[in-house]
Amino acid sequence: MSSAPRLTALDALHRSLGATMTDFAGWDMPLRYASERDEHNAVRTRAGLFDLSHMGEITLTGPEAVKVLDYALVGNISTVGVGRARYTHICQADGGIVDDLIVYRLGETEFMVVANASNAQVVLDAITERAAGFDAEVRDDRDAYALIAVQGPESPGILKSLTDADLDGLKYYAGLPGTVAGVPALIARTGYTGEDGFELFVSPGHAVELWQALTKAGEGVGLVPAGLSCRDTLRLEAGMPLYGHELTTSLTPFDAGLGRVVKFEKEGDFVGRAALEAAAERAASNPPRKLVGLIAEGRRVPRAGFPVVAGGEVVGEVTSGAPSPTLGKPIAMAYVDAAHAAPGTSGVGVDIRGTHEPYEVVALPFYKRRK
Amino acid sequence: MSNPQQLRYSKEHEWLSVAEDGVSTVGITEFAANALGDVVYAQLPPVGDTVTAGETCGELESTKSVSDLYSPVSGEIVEFNQDVVDDPALVNTAPFEGGWLFKVRVAEEPGDLLSAEEYAALTHSDN
Repeated sequence: MSSAPRLTALDALHRSLGATMTDFAGWDMPLRYASERDEHNAVRTRAGLFDLSHMGEITLTGPEAVKVLDYALVGNISTVGVGRARYTHICQADGGIVDDLIVYRLGETEFMVVANASNAQVVLDAITERAAGFDAEVRDDRDAYALIAVQGPESPGILKSLTDADLDGLKYYAGLPGTVAGVPALIARTGYTGEDGFELFVSPGHAVELWQALTKAGEGVGLVPAGLSCRDTLRLEAGMPLYGHELTTSLTPFDAGLGRVVKFEKEGDFVGRAALEAAAERAASNPPRKLVGLIAEGRRVPRAGFPVVAGGEVVGEVTSGAPSPTLGKPIAMAYVDAAHAAPGTSGVGVDIRGTHEPYEVVALPFYKRRK
Repeated sequence: MSNPQQLRYSKEHEWLSVAEDGVSTVGITEFAANALGDVVYAQLPPVGDTVTAGETCGELESTKSVSDLYSPVSGEIVEFNQDVVDDPALVNTAPFEGGWLFKVRVAEEPGDLLSAEEYAALTHSDN
């Protein structure tokens, strides 16, 4: 891997917008353009425009592409209809989470897997290795796509003004090929913000044109460019896990409270099956720490790695924390011992640089949009 | 961004006003405020505390991180900005004005405070 950061097709545009850039998984990405709180609130109430071109796309084609995915991933990919998408995990043989993924079924024998930027190579290598012996081709498509997301309640209207695609027929977690602002795009109704929204996979050569068309279409309804900083607070409020924080190779999906993504009922073996069956039993009989939400009573912000305390004992650890623009208070996700994980458990705090600040234990998510 | 001429600056990105009756006002620069992002919590030194030039005397917390606040001079705190405690965003919107942090009765000033031009050169900002 070279040490120079990778630039997205929209790099010059971000700089012209005055973005503060940050290194993210080897990519130079916009952290924020102005105030991250304003960007966050724009996505909750109007719309935000994100460059997510760092995400890693992997294409699978061939008669046994679906068998590869059913074997390589923990989800039941056979049941995903053409034009639909599925949130799933890829695990190690020991059940540890390699990454969380979205799988789009583009055709009967064609799939696109979207991995986190930080894990794209590991996921590509794992799927390639697990595809051995199957009649399918695994293709690294990281350079084939730029990814632009428009998220927020105004996003359907903005997109509708630029495409003839049937957006009303496009359900949450669905994707269809279409044309947006004259540019061929895979239009997916997915996101990582807790709002309605779309992710547009396009050729990098079309990214600037599409970004500018979306900016213009959103002018009248308060669309703003939005950086990774608000993406993090948006997903945190929505209780969505982030790899490296809530998900790691030392946790199984059951440890992360996401056992529902593991489909034991699917046919055939899959990588991690035996270990995950044992993990499921452990989780049912002797629950490990649970992933909970914490809301601050004070104003100091918990950060990843801070100890969760109760009665002077460490009972857990914060995995993500930030001031929540929507709640107006600091919030966190944390793994907490089962005995202290029930919503409303009293006496729970976070050790913030030596001071035990009181926190309320709540169920996730912190925020759910009204439909 | 523009750093007011009449202020002096520390390498840790605090500004210091010219003392009136021995009392100077301290804040952080616009450069520092921009680097922090939205400030959401300010812990300021209490009145009566003795602060030492170059040592931490509080903290500023933003969406992404927490940063120590350094005092650019040594002396005694005579006032802190309650408005900033109540509305930390003032540090972002008016770092050189309503977002000031504390007032200190200066006992000793280090010799290495910077002029506006020198500070601008340090931060590569045009002044």
